[in-house]
Amino acid sequence: MEGSGVGFSYPNDLHIAWGVMIVLYPYVTGLVAGSFVVGSLYHVFGRQELKPISRLSLVASLGFLIFAPVPLLFHLGQPMRCFNIMITPNFSSAMAAFGVIYAVYFIIVLLEIWLVFRKDIVMNARQNRGILRWFYASLALWTYDVSDESRKLDHKIVVVLAAIGIPAACVLHGYVGFMFGSVKANPYWSTPLMPVIFLTSAITSGIAMMVVLYQILMKFGGRTIEPDCVQSLCKWLWLFAILAVTLELLEIVCIAYERSEEWVVIGTLLSGKLAFSFIGIQLVFGSLIPIILLGIVVLMRPYLTNPLRNTIGFVAALFLLVQVLAMRWNVVIGGQLFSKSLMGFREAYQPGLFEKEGLGVALLIFLASFVFMAIFNRFLPMYEKKENGNGTGDGAKTGFTERREAAKSEEARG
Amino acid sequence: MEETKKTGGVTRREALGTSAKGLAGAMFVAGFGKELDVAGWLFGKDAVSKPAYDPTKHMYTFLFDISKCIGCGSCVRACERENNVPPHHFRTWIERYRVFGEDRVLVDSPNGGHDGFEPDPSGEVARKAFFVPKICNHCEFTPCVQLCPVGASYRTPDGVVLVDVKRCIGCGYCVQACPYGSRFLNPDGHVASKCTMCYHRITKGMRPTCVEMCPTGARRWGDLKKPGDPVAEILATRETHVLKPELLTKPHCFYLGMYKEVR
Ligand code: SF4
Ligand code: SF4
Repeated sequence: MEGSGVGFSYPNDLHIAWGVMIVLYPYVTGLVAGSFVVGSLYHVFGRQELKPISRLSLVASLGFLIFAPVPLLFHLGQPMRCFNIMITPNFSSAMAAFGVIYAVYFIIVLLEIWLVFRKDIVMNARQNRGILRWFYASLALWTYDVSDESRKLDHKIVVVLAAIGIPAACVLHGYVGFMFGSVKANPYWSTPLMPVIFLTSAITSGIAMMVVLYQILMKFGGRTIEPDCVQSLCKWLWLFAILAVTLELLEIVCIAYERSEEWVVIGTLLSGKLAFSFIGIQLVFGSLIPIILLGIVVLMRPYLTNPLRNTIGFVAALFLLVQVLAMRWNVVIGGQLFSKSLMGFREAYQPGLFEKEGLGVALLIFLASFVFMAIFNRFLPMYEKKENGNGTGDGAKTGFTERREAAKSEEARG
Repeated sequence: MEETKKTGGVTRREALGTSAKGLAGAMFVAGFGKELDVAGWLFGKDAVSKPAYDPTKHMYTFLFDISKCIGCGSCVRACERENNVPPHHFRTWIERYRVFGEDRVLVDSPNGGHDGFEPDPSGEVARKAFFVPKICNHCEFTPCVQLCPVGASYRTPDGVVLVDVKRCIGCGYCVQACPYGSRFLNPDGHVASKCTMCYHRITKGMRPTCVEMCPTGARRWGDLKKPGDPVAEILATRETHVLKPELLTKPHCFYLGMYKEVR
């Protein structure tokens, strides 16, 4: 494959080394860290209004976590040697920390989920027969003690685990940012802000994912969407979106203001080859619009009906999910579009649809996490059966009047 | 695949050397080694007599004289042949710089200078023009070695940065980390690849191929630990420059007659 480009690029720089998979990898790990952190707002900080998503966030975190390394495997030239990262790690490499950090975090999430769902597992083990019983019993590790004391102990451990999990999630994702931020050869990546930017946008994407998933699950499960929960999620989402976007802009503004050598190439890049995905998608469509929308939700709370708030929150969250993906794309791909000669660009990168590192595979990997969540939900439901639904008939058709009533009672409370 | 074969070849040849010595020793003990020189006949003259190579006794370095490079591309072609470099990837390449008027700089490196350079079709006369040979700088503080997650990239005691193609997982992190664009992911074998300073040659007392093939002597190569080495002499006494000194990678590839336009 012969490349060409504009200006002068070092001849080896005409090939792109990191493609879609390396865009997807930080996106998925971001969702892992983000969903976990929202869940912890309930578990550690006792934000009761977030109770409805406390289990969902954990399961989502696990679902994304399981598939987070998959894009890396698809990316590696020699995937069969992947365990070299753990067998012969080079400790001066940020990437080598992956094995350890991933393993630690995996254990934390798994333990926490087990403790949170333990009662359900034991119930299921008691109610089922045959192979299912054996399955649940093994999940419960043949410990059927769900007395109040043992549940209290469980709860205490959950709080501790979640408290450890927050810094662990931050390390998990901060290190992804560090992987880029520590490449001194690339002036667009090399900034100490990078880990912080990655972290805030990860939490943004995690909360946004909760807003979307929660509403979809409630709609299809025929349950009521808790207005307080959505309101609170929107508030946090707004906060983190503002933080993330500010930091992202700050980085660019600093480079631009310093006007050092690299700005010539980065400025041209952002207003040229990356204009659509950076200015169009990341800044206007993905940041400006949702921040205004969420601002409406947060600041005009008394004037919004529940369905309206839910819809606005849903749309804003979807936009933010796209924003974070665009940001990953702009960093990973954008950072490779210019040559390290700082004098030229390579041709815009267009991933194929069906190749090994193509968009099709990327989409499948992304969707796999949701399939996992669905299967998990099949065996251990995240929500009790129609707890808040109207009970009779098809719950999915929760009446408009009912939602109005809920809205009224909400308004009454102020 | 070619890459693996090639580098595998280096180790195989070294292994051969050792077994040749063992065999020769056995024959000597048997008492007919000297007369018949079977081992010498089988494995070549120096397979038996060559002393073991000691990497700690050397410290290699490149020295390029910009004023002497004519941009013929012999070195690029020689490297491609010697090391099976895949097309459009480069272990070494040539850049052409032309400066017009006040400060308009035009740089190009068509196919890495592999086929030489065409004259400018516009016919415009440059104020100054020169060729710059580029190669892995075999940095002392290498970002590529620092970042390699599995330790497949390493620096030998004689100052050569190498990739262990049997351990490399092909993540491409080192390609991102090299500030000079010296590395690439080899489409054959899917592992990182770069200039090896012709390690298979220099450990046998030969010079790197590109240095050997340069018709003007623009490419030089020396051993800082060898007393009286001409390259070491120049480095000690004359003004030389390295690429991107601000990154503090401490390149082991020096330039005579450097211009400020060079990136
Ligand atoms: S020039 Fe690049 S590949 Fe060579 S040692 Fe330096 S950083 Fe590594
Ligand atoms: S591509 Fe190979 S040599 Fe380069 S950093 Fe990855 S594992 Fe190391």
